[in-house]
Amino acid sequence: MLNRKWAAGVVVGVGALLLSACGSSSGSGSGSGSGGGAISLGFAQVGAESGWRTANTKSIQDSAKSAGIELKFSDAQQKQENQIKAIRSYIQQKVKVIAFSPVVESGWDTVLKEAKTANIPVVLTDRAIDSPDKTLYKTFLGSDFVKEGQKAGQWLTKEYASAPGDVNIVELQGTTGSAPANDRKKGFGDVIAADPKFKIVASQTGDFTRAKGKEVMEAFLKSQSKIDVLYAHNDDMALGAIEAIEGAGKVPGKDIKIVSVDGVHDALQALVDGKINHVVECNPLLGPQLMDLVKKVSAGQDVPARIETTETEFDQAAAKTALPQRQY
Amino acid sequence: MNTYARLVKHRLFWPAAALVLLLLGNFVASPRFFAVQFREGHLYGSLIDILRFGAPLILVALGMTLVIATGGIDLSVGSVVAISGAVACLWVSRLGDQNSLGGTLGAVGIAIALSLLLGACNGFLVSVLGVQPIVGTLILMVAGRGLAQLITDGQIITITGTHYRDIGGGFVATVPLSILIALAAFGISSLAVRKSALGMLIEAVGGNPEASRLAGVASRRLIWLTYVFCGLCAGVAGLMISSNVSSADGNNAGLWIELDAILAVVIGGTRLTGGRFSFGGTVIGALLIQTLSTTVYTLGIPPETTLLFKAVVVLAVCLVQSPQFRRKFARRSRRSVPVVKDEKVEVTL
Repeated sequence: MLNRKWAAGVVVGVGALLLSACGSSSGSGSGSGSGGGAISLGFAQVGAESGWRTANTKSIQDSAKSAGIELKFSDAQQKQENQIKAIRSYIQQKVKVIAFSPVVESGWDTVLKEAKTANIPVVLTDRAIDSPDKTLYKTFLGSDFVKEGQKAGQWLTKEYASAPGDVNIVELQGTTGSAPANDRKKGFGDVIAADPKFKIVASQTGDFTRAKGKEVMEAFLKSQSKIDVLYAHNDDMALGAIEAIEGAGKVPGKDIKIVSVDGVHDALQALVDGKINHVVECNPLLGPQLMDLVKKVSAGQDVPARIETTETEFDQAAAKTALPQRQY
Repeated sequence: MNTYARLVKHRLFWPAAALVLLLLGNFVASPRFFAVQFREGHLYGSLIDILRFGAPLILVALGMTLVIATGGIDLSVGSVVAISGAVACLWVSRLGDQNSLGGTLGAVGIAIALSLLLGACNGFLVSVLGVQPIVGTLILMVAGRGLAQLITDGQIITITGTHYRDIGGGFVATVPLSILIALAAFGISSLAVRKSALGMLIEAVGGNPEASRLAGVASRRLIWLTYVFCGLCAGVAGLMISSNVSSADGNNAGLWIELDAILAVVIGGTRLTGGRFSFGGTVIGALLIQTLSTTVYTLGIPPETTLLFKAVVVLAVCLVQSPQFRRKFARRSRRSVPVVKDEKVEVTL
């Protein structure tokens, strides 16, 4: 009882920021007290910064319910200190397993050591941490961003395999310094470096948003004399850039080919409409895989240190079949 | 020589010079920079881009100017931008026919009414309850972002209506509508404050609220009014931003625009402590900030160093604006030049 009061205090303390999260935490809190026998999972989410993240949260909540796992959910609003607070409260509540998507890569050693001392296994989802001590967490479940960038690059080299001249590429990067932006840039760059005809003529950050994607693409269209391909680190920037390309009197998907990463509903729609040429999936629906892992970890079974989410790629035909069931 | 001296002494000289210098730098780097052509039946070019993408910032900064002139500050404009866009897009997306003009106008009306209400809430907190402006508007800045996320359900609402799209992406007689809206807002508000006593009263309240109250100025009502105006400007900017990409993004729309707006006001020569203000200066400040972004894209400055580049330029602008700095600099380079007694313009970074 005291614990729940304390947890409520944390929620209030984290403050008005959590307006959106309150809806979700009250849903998970209704799992009536300390369920006898049920595995309890404390999950500290990054925030609700995008449609992708919302789908991620919903997947975790839904699959926890269907797997019979008692989920304690918190939303950190992109702040590391909030996540650390949430993890500490999970340790106090003596949950069986803690899972979280770290906001940033470093600074987790102290709180994870506390979890280790309390004998609570930790699972990282979606984003990794940077720590020399690999015993602080059991496993990492998430996407390989480098591989996503490589997939985009491989599609491009195949598409332009027989093209004679230079291929001028412009790149819309994600938020500067974020792991997906760094890795998707690297993976893509590594693959296209094999052939000198592929040239990245301009590369700027579009902050993962449509508005910035459009603004930066407008500038690219004016400063670059010839653009063949746009590589966007996420779908939203590609969708914004499409509007800029159309405004310049060019046909997206034909005059300028577009490849992007994520696979959200609107991008698959654009792919079906022929405005995007290729989408590499970054799967947010890792709930079922996570619950599986939680059961194994709490039963003391061995799990691999790194597990990748199942991900695919979309061309126009694949997008057509996937579109009706796309929830995000 | 005399006209030259007067020109240099004009308080908008230095920000305007910085803007021109920045534009010239772009021209040197990319000779096509000033080219404006017709494409797809409308004006097309980098200069048009600066105006078009700068329009929302100009609007927000105009509202911010009056609030700052009264000695206040409004941190909630970014959240109001997000809420306004979210409400309008939600409304349009629920229409049976997204292309209906009546439905679109309804959506715009609701969003603007809500923005006025949010501005009135800020004004109430500050002028009636006497909450410090930075604290009072911080509440809406934080809670408003959550509210926008609630409205959009954390998702990006995409709409297809062409009328709604016209607000930020449409053209009237080949000129982008967003530029015309910003121009109209500038013209109307300038006339309202300068052709009546309103501007003088606001400056009086900002200069010394107690003295102006004793002199019979209804300072409370006046302060309230500036927050309502600021809310309105932010709301229209929100419509523009969401319309430009035909979607509402509760998480990112208008994020940090309050800081850009405050910077634009400061570059424009309005003091953060209140008192004299200049709409013209604010517009130059907003355009300077937008030109800076375009410069980054045109020159191809890598994203890792973008913030540093912007900081250096802004610092340089603020330094040349400071009379104390110019005086010291002038003394060092030409000892014989007599010190010009400038009006005092304080620069706050």
